[in-house]
Amino acid sequence: MEASTTAPEVRSDFAEGLRAIAPLVIAALPIGLVFGALAAQKGLSPFETMLMSSVVFAGGSQFVAIDFWADPVPWVAITISALLVTIRHVLMPASLGTKTRQMRFGKQLIAYGFLADEVWALSEHRARKGRVSFPFMMGLALPFYLNWLVMTGVGASLGTLLADLDPAKWGFDFAFPAIFIGLIMGFWQGKKTAAILGASGLAAVACKWFVPGAWYIAAGAVAGVAVAAITASDEAEVV
Amino acid sequence: METFFQTDSLTLLAILGMGVATYLTRISGLVLLRFVELRGRTRAALEAVPVAVLMSVIAPTILATGPAESAAAIVTLIAALRLPLLGVVVVGVVSAALFRMLFGAV
Repeated sequence: MEASTTAPEVRSDFAEGLRAIAPLVIAALPIGLVFGALAAQKGLSPFETMLMSSVVFAGGSQFVAIDFWADPVPWVAITISALLVTIRHVLMPASLGTKTRQMRFGKQLIAYGFLADEVWALSEHRARKGRVSFPFMMGLALPFYLNWLVMTGVGASLGTLLADLDPAKWGFDFAFPAIFIGLIMGFWQGKKTAAILGASGLAAVACKWFVPGAWYIAAGAVAGVAVAAITASDEAEVV
Repeated sequence: METFFQTDSLTLLAILGMGVATYLTRISGLVLLRFVELRGRTRAALEAVPVAVLMSVIAPTILATGPAESAAAIVTLIAALRLPLLGVVVVGVVSAALFRMLFGAV
C-alpha cells in the first residue's frame, strides 16, 4: 500500500536525494580510483572490475575480496568473505524498513538492492525528519552507483600508473573512514551514542585481534546494539 | 582491447557469488522485520544499529593501526562537528597525510 504521490512530489524527492548524496559522490571519487588500481594489480581486467562494481556495489566487501584475490580465483572463500562483510546489511534494512512501510514491497526489493552504507545512512538520517520514499532512495543510489562503476573502471584502466602514486602517502585511503566518521556524527545523541561507539569500537578491535577474517564487523555491531538494549530501560518508553 | 575485456569463468563465478551474497543480505532484513515487533528494547536496539555498524567497520583502522590514523580520526571527528560531509573528508585525507609524515609511518 503506497500513499498516492504526485509527479512534483516524486521529482522533488528525487532531487533531494541527489542533493544529499552529491558531497559523498565527490568524496568517493578517490576511493573508486584506489579500488580500481588495486584490482588491476591483482590481475583483474577493467571489464571484470566494472562488472564486479555493478553486480556487487559494496566497497567494503570488494576491498576485502581483492585482498583475498589469487590465481586460481578462490571463489568460494571470496563469496563467504563477502557474506561476512555484508552481514551488517541484515541489520541495516531491518532498521530502515520500519520507516519505509509505505513503500510497495516490490519497490523496496529494488531500492534495498542499492543499499550501500552511505545510501542507507542518509536514508536513516532523513527518516528522522521526513518520509523516505522510493524516488528519494533512488536519488541517493543512482549517482553513487554510476560514480562507483565509472571510477573503479578508470582506476583499473590506469592501473599501475596509479599504484606508483601510493594512495596511503597522500591520505586518500583515509577518505573511507572519514566518510564514516562524518556519518556517525550525523547520528550523535550525546552519552547514549558515546556508549554505543565505545562498545562497538572495543569489541571490533578485540575481535579483529583474535579472529581472522571479517567477523569483527558482526562482533562490533552486536556489542553496540546490546549496550543500547541494556541501557534502554529507563528511556525506552519515552521514545 | 582484448586485455580490457579479458575474463575467465572462476572470476565470473566469484563476482556472481559476491553479488548474490550482497543482495540477499541487503533484502533479508526486510523479510526479518515482518516477524519482529518494535517496542522498548527491541526498538532501542534497532535505533542503535547505524552507529554500531559504522563504528565497527572503521574501528580497526582508527583505533588499532597506528598513532597517525588515530590522531587523524580525532581531527576528523572535530571537523565533523562543524563542517559538511565533503569538508570532513577533505580534513580527514589531509590530516591523515600530515600525521603519517609527522609519525614517519609511510
